[in-house]
Amino acid sequence: MTTHSSATGGRTVPAAPSPAAPTSTGSPATRLLGIASLVGVAVLVALGLWLTPDDVVQGDAVRILYIHVPSATMAYTGCFLTTLGSAIFLWKRSKWWELVAYASAELAAVFTAVTLATGMLWGRPTWGVFWVWDARLTSTAMLFLLLLGYLAVRRLPADYTVRAKRAAIVGLLLFPNVLIVRQSVEWWRTLHQEASLFNNGLGATIEGLMLFGLFFGFVVFGLIFAWLLIHRFRLAWLEEKVAGQGLHAAIAERRAEAGLDPAPPPTPAPSRPGAPTDQTRA
Amino acid sequence: MEPSHHPEPAGSSSGTGGRPPEPPVVHLRRAVALLGDFPALAGADLDVGRGEIVLLRGANGAGKTTVLRTLAGLVRVSEGEATVLGVDLVTDRNAVRHRVGLLGHGTGLYEELTVADNVRFWARACRARPEDADAAMARLGVDGRLRNVAVGRLSTGQRRRTSLACLVARRPELWLLDEPHAGLDQEGRDVVDSLVRDATAAGATVVMSSHELDRALSLADVVVTVAGGTTRREQPGPVVVPMIGDPQEAPDVA
Amino acid sequence: MWRDALLVAGKDLRLEWRSRVALNQVVPFAMLVLIVFAFALDPDRGVLERATPGLYWVAVLFSGLLALQRSFTIEAVDGNRDSLRLSGLDPAGIFLGKAMAVGVQLLVLEVLLGIGVALLYTTQFRGWALLVATVVVATAGIAAAGTLYGVLAAGLRVRETLLPLLLLPVLAPVLIGSTRAFEAALADAPADGWPWIGLLAVFAVLYTVAGVLGFGPLLEES
Repeated sequence: MTTHSSATGGRTVPAAPSPAAPTSTGSPATRLLGIASLVGVAVLVALGLWLTPDDVVQGDAVRILYIHVPSATMAYTGCFLTTLGSAIFLWKRSKWWELVAYASAELAAVFTAVTLATGMLWGRPTWGVFWVWDARLTSTAMLFLLLLGYLAVRRLPADYTVRAKRAAIVGLLLFPNVLIVRQSVEWWRTLHQEASLFNNGLGATIEGLMLFGLFFGFVVFGLIFAWLLIHRFRLAWLEEKVAGQGLHAAIAERRAEAGLDPAPPPTPAPSRPGAPTDQTRA
Repeated sequence: MEPSHHPEPAGSSSGTGGRPPEPPVVHLRRAVALLGDFPALAGADLDVGRGEIVLLRGANGAGKTTVLRTLAGLVRVSEGEATVLGVDLVTDRNAVRHRVGLLGHGTGLYEELTVADNVRFWARACRARPEDADAAMARLGVDGRLRNVAVGRLSTGQRRRTSLACLVARRPELWLLDEPHAGLDQEGRDVVDSLVRDATAAGATVVMSSHELDRALSLADVVVTVAGGTTRREQPGPVVVPMIGDPQEAPDVA
Repeated sequence: MWRDALLVAGKDLRLEWRSRVALNQVVPFAMLVLIVFAFALDPDRGVLERATPGLYWVAVLFSGLLALQRSFTIEAVDGNRDSLRLSGLDPAGIFLGKAMAVGVQLLVLEVLLGIGVALLYTTQFRGWALLVATVVVATAGIAAAGTLYGVLAAGLRVRETLLPLLLLPVLAPVLIGSTRAFEAALADAPADGWPWIGLLAVFAVLYTVAGVLGFGPLLEES
């Protein structure tokens, strides 16, 4: 069975051998989201690069914020979804929510990486250095590491049930950890009276078209997040389904070791008499 | 030899009037147990009455260890019926754990602690009496000089005896022994046999797996063949069913 | 639950007493960390003195990782997990017992490290109330979080590499908090330090609760 997760909204490939097997993770919903996202990105680019004015202090560098801030928001949203999904999975054993948690965490990791990268790109012209140990950047770096920990557990070479439960416990604690880390990092950097270099860029100084641009950025990134989440979720669903589908076949195979008929246990059919001889089997 | 208890007829209720039959200690019907994705038990049927000594035999990989661990409540039963000591394993397998004793392949002992430390710890963990712990050690022959030797320094057979002592101290209602004779010397094997007989005389039930067929067959009341994740209770009598992987041997009778 | 916790803690500590791994290996490791910092940071320029609280807690953190790994290595014997599950011990009790045992070892380690730091980095200790409070609360947090993630990683072949990856980001707030509290104490400004004790306490409570609830499910195989 082949799955085809397309980055352009779910283009289908010719049918796979089994007519019931999905050939892509696309659907009308994702196509709609995908198109909306791409259009939105185009508009955002136009807004960001041309239509909005320079910042008085930072110059053109402020334009990165239209990507940087929404990325950060989506990263934290994904993180929250992971914790939520993990909690519901642990409470109700809902595989659906576990996969939501996993997909969210992966996306959150991607968005965190984008946040860090754009943050560094923004920092170079603005502060002259790629990195400063201010509260937000440091917290984001820690978020990244916490997510990597979750993903490492979720991707262990082990059975699904083993992985899922352990990852869910890590995931459940993920958002609380993020909050505690953020709080401690913020106290650390502000109480220490370090120059809070990142305090500008938001709040009172943003207005007019720039504010709209930022807001629009949130919307577009939200669309992208939802779009990618659906695809990633479906992909994970199919991955796990492939593994689980073998159960009846596995049971049949196991029973065949004894020369018994491979009827699945729930059916009360009696064993066929004269099962294939086992005396000659090695 | 003490009189053997009347075994339950396989798979059906005996209801021919008179006293109602005792519920079986073990009742499995089409039980499926999964180890991850692998169906270690693929539809096992088993009924064991109180006081019976059951021998599980089968080739390597047939599922004997899984049967024992499932009866201990350690393995999840995903389909079918499974009741042990009146506890439904499908819904609440935790409840049966403190009533059984399992001797597995591993020792389950802390290597840096002494024999006495280990037996006492495991005895206190399951709320057994200290006298039982000491008596168990004496019975298994790990008393005296060996008491204060770190388990890591013992031979395999001595460790096995220590694990057995931990089990004996628990006084479980259902004994689950995975190859209890393996690694023991002749005397140790005799001790195991006498322990099994004493336990069933006192009302416990014993299910054990063994490749040591001569000794086990003379001990057991009931023989169950395990193959392909399923079980089949053998009719007592001179009929022998050759099994996968068994070396050809002259028909021998339990 | 508490009865089981004390039983398990006693067993772990007795085991440690007989094997003396923490004493013979983890404590020297901690001292080594202090010395290695001196190699890296040039003892003449006062960097070591100024950075003492941080270096101290980094040494505690790394040594704590070793102690936690050890706590689960002793349970890695074949059949041990089954025995624990069958034993009838309350999993919450097992968690508390193991965490307490690790905590005790960490406390001993921290005292010895304190002596080490006083000698090697010529630290003057002040603000004892704050110092002691920090040590107690931080240790509780490290032990609780470490035992929870330890059992999560236990039984997996990748435990040795997974546990640090999981634990260090999680313990970062403890590092930040305890370092700041120590700095405040040593600088005779304890008022700055006490808020951090609050954060450390929240962390410790969170992870104690999480461990009590999560240890049982994690002890099961799947």
